Amino acid sequence: MKRLFGMRQSLKGQSRSQIERIERRLFLRRGLSLGAVALLSGCDVTDAESVQKVLWAMSRWNDRVQDWIFDPGRLAPEFPESAITMPFPFNAFYSMDQAPSVDPEGYQLELSGLVREKKPWTLPELYALQPQLSQITRHICVEGWSAIGKWSGVRFSDFLRRIGADLTAKYVGFKCADRYWTSIDMPTALHPQTLLTFRFADQILPAPFGFPMKLRIPTKLGFKNPKHIVAMFVTNDYPGGYWEDQGYNWFSGS
Amino acid sequence: MKEGGRMTPERSHTVQVHPLVVRITHWINVFAILIMVASGWRIYNASPLFGFKFPGDWTLGGWLAGALQWHFAAMWLLAASGLVYVTYGIVSGHYRHKLLPIAPAAAWRDIAAAFRGKLTHDDLRVYNAAQRAAYLGAILIGIVLVLSGLVLWKPVQFHTLGLLMGDYEGARYVHFFAMAALVLFVIVHVVMVLLVPRTFPTMFTGRARVPAAAEGD
Repeated sequence: MKRLFGMRQSLKGQSRSQIERIERRLFLRRGLSLGAVALLSGCDVTDAESVQKVLWAMSRWNDRVQDWIFDPGRLAPEFPESAITMPFPFNAFYSMDQAPSVDPEGYQLELSGLVREKKPWTLPELYALQPQLSQITRHICVEGWSAIGKWSGVRFSDFLRRIGADLTAKYVGFKCADRYWTSIDMPTALHPQTLLTFRFADQILPAPFGFPMKLRIPTKLGFKNPKHIVAMFVTNDYPGGYWEDQGYNWFSGS
Repeated sequence: MKEGGRMTPERSHTVQVHPLVVRITHWINVFAILIMVASGWRIYNASPLFGFKFPGDWTLGGWLAGALQWHFAAMWLLAASGLVYVTYGIVSGHYRHKLLPIAPAAAWRDIAAAFRGKLTHDDLRVYNAAQRAAYLGAILIGIVLVLSGLVLWKPVQFHTLGLLMGDYEGARYVHFFAMAALVLFVIVHVVMVLLVPRTFPTMFTGRARVPAAAEGD
C-alpha cells in the first residue's frame, strides 16, 4: 500500500506532519494544565496519548453512524449551469504547478483485489464507456468552503459491474498519480451520483483537476474524491487514506 | 450584594434551587460547549467566513483534523446532555415554572435595571424577566446550533433541513452567528455570576438561603 514518495514531497510532508505533531503536543500540554480534560476523564490527565485514543475511537464511531445515516437513494442537489463557480478553486497537498502530468499514451488503469476481470484499461477504452452522464453538484471541502462544478463520465456502479467487482465487499481503494490514496465504502461506490469522470466543465479534465480520471462523489467531502486515479482495488481490509491516516474522518460523508 | 444585609440567619432558611438533573447537565454542557467553541474556532480558521481568524492559542485541536476530531467527539456529549436537559425541562415542568410566563416588556425593564445595577435577585428560586429571556434564548440558540451543525455535517442527508437556512453555505453563517450569540450569553452569564457570587455554589449544591419573607412561595 505504501509507496515511496518523491524526494521533494517526502521532505515537505515529513516536516509538516512533524510540526503539526509538535504543535498538537504543545497544545495538549497547555490545554491539560487548564484542567479542562480532568473534568471529563478523571484519569491521568498528563497522558495525552489516551486522549488521542478516545478521539480516534470517536472518529471510528462516527464512521459507523455516518454509514447508518447514509441513504443510498438520497441524491445530492444538482444545480443549473448558471450556478457553477468560476474559477473553480484548486486544492491538494501540493501547489497547483506541482500537479502530476500523466502521459495519456502510456496510461493504464490497474485493477486488483476482489475483481473478476483484472485486465488494465487504457484511456481510449475508458473514454468509450457508455452511458456518459453529467452532473452539476456542490463540492464541499473539509476546510469548510464549497464550490459548484460540472463533471462528466460514467456511473461508477456500472464500471464496477463491468469489471466483475465483488459488490458485497466493504471497500474500494484508489491509488493516484500524485502519490495520493484514499478509499470509500461500497454503498457510496454504488450510489447513482458517484461518477468516474473524464471531463470537467465540458472539457477533458485539466491536469490540476485530475487528468485523466477523477472519481466524483457528491455525497462525500472533497478529499474523498480522488484525482489522477491510476489503480483501484476492491477489498474487505480497511485501506485508510493519505489524509485519513493523519486524523481526518474516514467516512466523511455529506 | 446589598440585599444580603437585611438577611439574618434567624430570618432565612435554605431551599432547593436547582434540581440535580439541571446541575449535572449544566456542568456537562459547560465542558462540552467549551470544547465545541474552541475546536469550532480552529475549524473556522481553515476557511474564514469573515476577514479575521481566531488566535491559535484560543483554539483546540492543534490543526484542522485535530479540531474536527474534538468537535465531532464533543458533539455527542453536548447532544446527549442537551437532550436530557431539554427533555427534563419540558417533561418535569421545570421550564414552565422557572422560565414562563415571559413578557418582553418585563424583560426589557429588567435588562435596563441590570445595567443600572438596580436589578435584585433575592430569592434564587425565582428568575427575573431578564434571566428568563436569557435562559430561554440560550436554549433556543443551542437548538439552532445543533440543527445548523447537522446541516454542515451532512448537507446531503439533511438537505430538507438545510433549505430552511440557505443550504450548506447559509448554514455556515447560521452556525457562526448562533455560536457568537451563545458566546455572548456565556460572557453575560459569567459576569452576572461574578456580580451575584452567591448564585455560584448553588449550581453545585442545589441549595440557597432565601429570606424568611419568601417562605411559602
